[in-house]
Amino acid sequence: MATIKQRFSGVWAWLDERLDLAVLREIAEKKEVPVHRHTVWYYLGGMTLFLYVIQIATGILLLFYYRPSAEDAYESVQFLMAEVHFGWLFRSIHAWSANLMIFTAFLHLFSVLLLRAYRKPREITWISGVLLLGLAMAFGFTGYLLPWNELAYFATRVGTQIMEAVPLIGPYMATVLRGGDDVSGATLTRFYAIHVAVLPMLTTFLLGLHLFLVQKLGMSIPPDVEREGGAKGKMNFFPNFLLRDLVGWLTALAILAALAAYFPAHLGAKADPFAPAPAGIRPEWYFMFMFQTLKYLPAHILWFEGEAVGILGFMLAALILLIVPFLERRSGRGEPSRLFSWIVIGVIVYIVVLTYLGYAAEPMA
Amino acid sequence: MMIRVLIGSGSLLILGGLAAPPDAAAQMPEESCVSCHSAFGDAPLGEPVQAYAADVHAAKGFGCVACHGGDAEDPGMSAMDPAAGYIGAPERDEVVLLCGRCHSSAQFMRRYNPALRVDQVAEYRTSVHGQQLLERGDERVATCTGCHPAHSIKPPSDPNSSVNPLNVAETCGSCHADPEYMAPYAIPTDQHEKYSESVHWQMMSEEGDLSAPTCNDCHGNHGAAPPGVGWVGNVCGQCHSVMAELFGKSFHARVFAMLGNPGCATCHENHDIGRAGDELLGLGEGAVCGMCHSEGDSGGEVALGMRALIDSLNAHYEAADSILAKAENAGIEVSEALFGLNEATTALVSARTAVHSFSLDSVAEQVEAGLAATSTAYARGEEALGEFLVRRLGLAVSVAIILALIAGLFLKIRKIEQLT
Repeated sequence: MATIKQRFSGVWAWLDERLDLAVLREIAEKKEVPVHRHTVWYYLGGMTLFLYVIQIATGILLLFYYRPSAEDAYESVQFLMAEVHFGWLFRSIHAWSANLMIFTAFLHLFSVLLLRAYRKPREITWISGVLLLGLAMAFGFTGYLLPWNELAYFATRVGTQIMEAVPLIGPYMATVLRGGDDVSGATLTRFYAIHVAVLPMLTTFLLGLHLFLVQKLGMSIPPDVEREGGAKGKMNFFPNFLLRDLVGWLTALAILAALAAYFPAHLGAKADPFAPAPAGIRPEWYFMFMFQTLKYLPAHILWFEGEAVGILGFMLAALILLIVPFLERRSGRGEPSRLFSWIVIGVIVYIVVLTYLGYAAEPMA
Repeated sequence: MMIRVLIGSGSLLILGGLAAPPDAAAQMPEESCVSCHSAFGDAPLGEPVQAYAADVHAAKGFGCVACHGGDAEDPGMSAMDPAAGYIGAPERDEVVLLCGRCHSSAQFMRRYNPALRVDQVAEYRTSVHGQQLLERGDERVATCTGCHPAHSIKPPSDPNSSVNPLNVAETCGSCHADPEYMAPYAIPTDQHEKYSESVHWQMMSEEGDLSAPTCNDCHGNHGAAPPGVGWVGNVCGQCHSVMAELFGKSFHARVFAMLGNPGCATCHENHDIGRAGDELLGLGEGAVCGMCHSEGDSGGEVALGMRALIDSLNAHYEAADSILAKAENAGIEVSEALFGLNEATTALVSARTAVHSFSLDSVAEQVEAGLAATSTAYARGEEALGEFLVRRLGLAVSVAIILALIAGLFLKIRKIEQLT
């Protein structure tokens, strides 16, 4: 009787004959990960990818029950939470995994910035990564409205009103996104289509590009490590690095399970467009630093509305972030760039402090 | 009788010249009355001109001559010539007829406010105020201007109006809460004080419910009179219709009438009606049944039985609500179960209403329906807490499996790296 190993070898041989799998094996065997004191940061990309896969899996399960209309959305989520076996678990994991994914994506972004992994020849990898982070935030913004509960409704109303402040195109963009002058059933169906079709399509393309480039260009060794004589060794991606990745993924899975069991996603009251906005309307945490900044801006800055200046400032910051590899060229030449490191650290501190203030500071009148 | 005839004939003579209601449109241009009287400023002769600017009649285009007569186009003192129909300030007894010239004419009133009733004068004649004034010549009682101050009359919907629901008690209390003024009538003067402590005033003043009753809703406004013992229930029944119907059919309605007890007010008071709670029921402290019944008599037993039933539903409701709140705090979705618990709330309200039939069976019927709802909700709560435990157990098992896998991976990594 054939052993499992023998059976597996048989299947492999059968597939190899038809698909030339030896190429894949070759790639896997050749792929190596440099070992140095910053190697730990290499795991963040894989962790973000793992959480994205969880999002896809749980998102598909939620689609089985979700009904995208102002009349049914809330009730369908309520039914899912109360009646469907493990419905609460899938929704809670979807919600928590979304937050963790954006958190790890931010960590990944800042680690890449500080380790200068964006420098030549990885500029396109960097750009695709920044765009993927933008897509992740768009996933969060559109997904937040879908349960059609009170908090989500009013947070989306505030969010789209902020968008209106963008000069010239703002009101038009907000109207197109909402499907009208205010958040309504039309907004829900639009957000749904964007959340489950448009964003996944764009993400698949960009993620494919991002992973292809990572595979093609390999892992970047930080300039300071290179200056000190390079990595102290190399690790096979398969299986050594992948197994370590698996440890991280399993740990993330355990954390997700605990969060879902102890802090399941709440549903709250159904959205009522005619009800007054409840107190404490806040965006998701990853938008908080921007929301709080807009609150601190004066009503007018010179001849412009403070909010419009703030939004244009963030748009400019996003653009600068996107073209960082072309602005910061010293590390590309192997020269130290301490000023840039301090700017990045300043941005991190700014985001952390403003996010903290967003939750801790008294609401402004 | 002689007084009544004199007042009646005098009034008719004086008002004869004003018999036909004036047309507002014909008085729109500024009158000579205003041009002279406004020169008096805040003095008594000037005050009416200032106040009248905000009067509802001024808003509709009526001028001074509509009530006072005279010739508004005459710039001299001859404008106030009785020959020109001038009557000056009408006496108190004349006021009713004066206002009634327009307000009792449906034909006239529908041109300005078709929804306004035109039976105020007829009602007034039936009121204690009207009878005192028109039959006994008592000029101290309220007449139209007692409640609707002349020259500054505003519609009841105006918050500044003396007859806005929030101001009615104050308006009536300006006489009825004044012991000195009311001394000749030998009636209590604590109604306003008591009313201001009642649940009705609380609903109106604190919760903004302007449909809550104030003086005129129970006593009538133009036909104001204290409700008779036999028809108090009808007054309260305007709003509390189900309770009034149940009470009307009950044995108590007949007994109360026989004893001269004023229906609802026997248990709930009249002006200082408090929020009716379950403590009113039974024979314990604060229970009103104990005023007539005691333990051992059949009425006392029914009272205790009804109270026990309602207490039981209350207790089951609290238990179900508490277990569902616990489950909800634990993150279990129980909104459907909480919605189902609303049936128990409805049953509790119905049971409290059924108390007014004084029938144990009627109360029991409602309580049973409520208990069925609380029992279902409690079971859903227990199920939810069970689910909570299963989640915890599931989490523990999952984490254990994951930890075992992680440990296995560590061993595998070590093995691989030892080999290389």
